Amino acid sequence: MIAFENVAYSYGGGELLTDVSLRLAPGSFHFLTGPSGAGKSTFLKLAYAELKPTSGRVTLFDRELASLTRDDVARSRRRIGIVHQDCKFLDHMTLAANMALPFTVSDRESDPQDMDDLLSWVGLKHLADALPPQLSGGERQRAALARAVIVDPDVILADEPTGNVDWEMSLRILTLLVELNRMGKTILVATHDLNLIRQAKAQIQARVLRIAGHRVQLAGADL
Amino acid sequence: MRLPKAKPASPATRALQVVPPSGPTGWLTTFTAGAMAFLCVFALALSLASGRLADRWSEALARTATIRLSAPVEQVQIQTDAILAVLATTPGVASFRALDEAETRALLEPWFGPDLPVEALPIPRLVELVEADPGYDAQGLRQRLAAEAPGATLDDHTRWRRPLAEAAARLRLLGVLSIALIGAAMAAMITLAARAALATNAGVIRVLRLVGAKDSYIARAFVRRFTLRALGGAGVGAAAGMAGVAALPATDAAGGFLTGLGFTGTGWLWPLALPPLAALVAFLATRRAAFQKLRELT
Repeated sequence: MIAFENVAYSYGGGELLTDVSLRLAPGSFHFLTGPSGAGKSTFLKLAYAELKPTSGRVTLFDRELASLTRDDVARSRRRIGIVHQDCKFLDHMTLAANMALPFTVSDRESDPQDMDDLLSWVGLKHLADALPPQLSGGERQRAALARAVIVDPDVILADEPTGNVDWEMSLRILTLLVELNRMGKTILVATHDLNLIRQAKAQIQARVLRIAGHRVQLAGADL
Repeated sequence: MRLPKAKPASPATRALQVVPPSGPTGWLTTFTAGAMAFLCVFALALSLASGRLADRWSEALARTATIRLSAPVEQVQIQTDAILAVLATTPGVASFRALDEAETRALLEPWFGPDLPVEALPIPRLVELVEADPGYDAQGLRQRLAAEAPGATLDDHTRWRRPLAEAAARLRLLGVLSIALIGAAMAAMITLAARAALATNAGVIRVLRLVGAKDSYIARAFVRRFTLRALGGAGVGAAAGMAGVAALPATDAAGGFLTGLGFTGTGWLWPLALPPLAALVAFLATRRAAFQKLRELT
């Protein structure tokens, strides 16, 4: 699905990530953890082609990132569901219209039944006509997850999906992610919440990637 | 079933909706396009009118010429006959005739009054000639006249015609230049407006890219909006300008250049081309600005 080969990324200053090599196999569930500022978001941005590596190769669906045109990137993103830390909605459109956005921008029609089911699944059916600023943090996170999965992507990348919500809501979001993984989706969740990771490992076979010393390592099973 | 909310069917309309409404600033583009089209109508009227004027002066004065004969009284008739003989054998002269005394008197009457004893005065004889198409060789005719009738001078009005025609042509050039400048200024203003709109909506663009929108999709949303605004604004502006030109006082016989300002016949079709032209300018300017801006974002 997504593969990194000797990838390094540096901002103007020094290297943030170095010598990263790993593959996200289809159907796998990975957590990405590490201290704030270690490069979790950067890693995710490399995985959805928002950033280009300063060296090494990133491969999206068997195509090297460097060879992708801007339109290729757009097409790849239709196969990747992204749950952003700050959700990123269009505030002037209703929740339902925001969720249909991945269809809208590719000039496709969304199936009203699917939309209905999805809103029920994330428990937001009653808020379909609300504007995003009217939603609470947890509602926004769930809506972001719903938007990420509406086009039936192969991969779901989530950046701190439980960052702004209480524990109960965190568990609800985790349950949704686990259900998606059981449906065969490849999932990568960046989080610094170790409790969440423990909770997940009780339910599913999840691997933990830890960023330390600019490198991404597979953490032991002891976590 | 309540969901999803009923939406207009066309994908193009939905492309417009993904960009939030711009409110009062959007009207600035419409207003600019309208004002520019209004000005353009007058620049167009100026060019067309000066073009007509240049043609008219060139044509009317070019077609006729006058031969003036100043000679001693006993020579006048001989040389007049010589002139007429020369003209009769000059290719390119359609017709010619010597003005008789009554006509000469009529010409001088406004200056000297009706009682002028024309016979007693050494007034030059005038021979009027009308040029054929193609015309005669003025230089050759002058030489032959000098040989046959030394007192004859050919006046083909070049002296008068050239500066007038040049002034009119220059005026037309200024008109065309104004139209080009107005178009360029509109393109510049719409580019600025589009860039401002794109910068304001950078967050929206990022969301759209995140969910897999191609550049062309995002650009379309902005381009459509600005093109429609320019089209609407220029339509109103051009209509107002045409109404203004139509309301100018009608040309009369004594009317000079100013009252000749306006459109005649198919000339009225020119201002109708302004709204589509403004839309085209807006389309190209916004498209260029959009793709430039989008390349800066990932």
